[in-house]
Amino acid sequence: MAAPVVIVGAGQAAASFISRHVALGNAEPLLLIGEEPHPPYQRPPLSKKYLLGELERERLFIRPLEWYAEQGIETRFDTRVDDVKPDQKQVITSTGEAIDYDRLVLCTGSHARSLPAEIGGALPGVFTLRSIADIDRMAPEFQSGRKLLVIGGGYIGLEAAAVARQLGLEVTLVEMADRILQRVAAAETSDYFRKLHADHGVELREATRMTRLLANDGRVCGVELESGEIIDADLVLVGIGGSPNIELAQSAGLDCDNGIRVSALCQTSDPSIYAAGDCCSFSRDGRQIRLESVQNAADQGDLIARVLAGEEVSYSALPWFWSDQYDCKLQIVGLNLGHDRTVVRPGASETSLSVWYYRGERLLAIDAMNEPKSYAFGRKIIETGKNPAPETVADPTTDLKALAMG
Amino acid sequence: MANITWKMEDGSEISADVKDGLNLMEAATANNVPHIEGECGGCLSCATCHVFVDPEWLATTGEVDEIEDTMLEMTDVEREENSRLSCQIIASSELDGLILHVPEPE
Repeated sequence: MAAPVVIVGAGQAAASFISRHVALGNAEPLLLIGEEPHPPYQRPPLSKKYLLGELERERLFIRPLEWYAEQGIETRFDTRVDDVKPDQKQVITSTGEAIDYDRLVLCTGSHARSLPAEIGGALPGVFTLRSIADIDRMAPEFQSGRKLLVIGGGYIGLEAAAVARQLGLEVTLVEMADRILQRVAAAETSDYFRKLHADHGVELREATRMTRLLANDGRVCGVELESGEIIDADLVLVGIGGSPNIELAQSAGLDCDNGIRVSALCQTSDPSIYAAGDCCSFSRDGRQIRLESVQNAADQGDLIARVLAGEEVSYSALPWFWSDQYDCKLQIVGLNLGHDRTVVRPGASETSLSVWYYRGERLLAIDAMNEPKSYAFGRKIIETGKNPAPETVADPTTDLKALAMG
Repeated sequence: MANITWKMEDGSEISADVKDGLNLMEAATANNVPHIEGECGGCLSCATCHVFVDPEWLATTGEVDEIEDTMLEMTDVEREENSRLSCQIIASSELDGLILHVPEPE
């Protein structure tokens, strides 16, 4: 029997690859290998509804467990791949089993960065947030009245802070940069979320460096700041970004550069090996970029299935993202990298607005807070290469739909 | 429980019993209905679960709210009066027998 296409990593990219492969009627056999004991599942709800306890686990699954067998796809969950041997076209599992592949698709994802153990990063009561197991460990600790300390003011930290407030915890968030979301958004967006969290009772401490986590009876009990100040905590969530899982790719000798380097066909430096999602980096507008998002994982997985089926396609999808915090729906379209100007478009209510990012005259991206029209029509405007003047979009009387369709 | 039927453009059909409380995007992906992707998981950000509700069922499936109405502008196949994002239709016994037509992007 011919060797299958082997997919290593069972996340969004893998699910999307398999779904497209099935939809295209491609008869090549597939083998999906995942380290977690679950079929591919949605990660975005982990820091939102799943942590809140409003979504049962099975509803996270992108396809039901039985679906894979129904499609004739072999799966091995709870199985780690330790090595890739490109010369033999084999992957080696942690139990030493060698599995032949015809083509290999790496969907290994990313992992949450943690704090070094020397400063308390490994203490009981300190969590990172990336998987079902992470949430199942931390959710019982999210009890009303307890003190949560969040290290890092990125989207995951902010989402967890919102859930914690909704569950009645006291929340302090410490961000070492001058402002929350500094790495990913303009000051106007940071201002919006600072106010949102302050209004919901989160104590935000920006431009604040920590030196170490403190322990009492072998469990985390607080943090010491550079100023010497101590903040008490019953539990700590570390949300300081993610790193690509590239160990397998490196062991296979694949080119890596902040992720597994892939072409516009999602092909790595070995023509039999593809990569998709958080684990890979690719060229966009002259930069080597890596995205941690559902859109990117899904679109790249989908693309690889099309490439394997012989379609002439290349990756150029417009990125989009979202976040939910309290009653705010944030929707982002485009990439704001390299912007040199932003304008704010006021929304219909006090809690809605959008931030439009430009480089010169070119519209790059939009952050829309409770402003689905700016997101939906803005997406069309960017997709069709229109670059309305910043003054035009900042004018709330401008009809975005007309601008998008015009 | 509701029995839902998805009708494809090529005349094929898929029917399934859907548990109360599940949304019909989830039900579609679980039952391998083509062209329903639901990338955003039902949070109104992707518009990849577009369906046309059979006209007889329009009243029963309820109103389109403002966000859904806006997101329907983003669908691959252009919206019509009976367009819905299926993640916003929640299964219940009232919808037993519902027919959805699945648009096929080019």
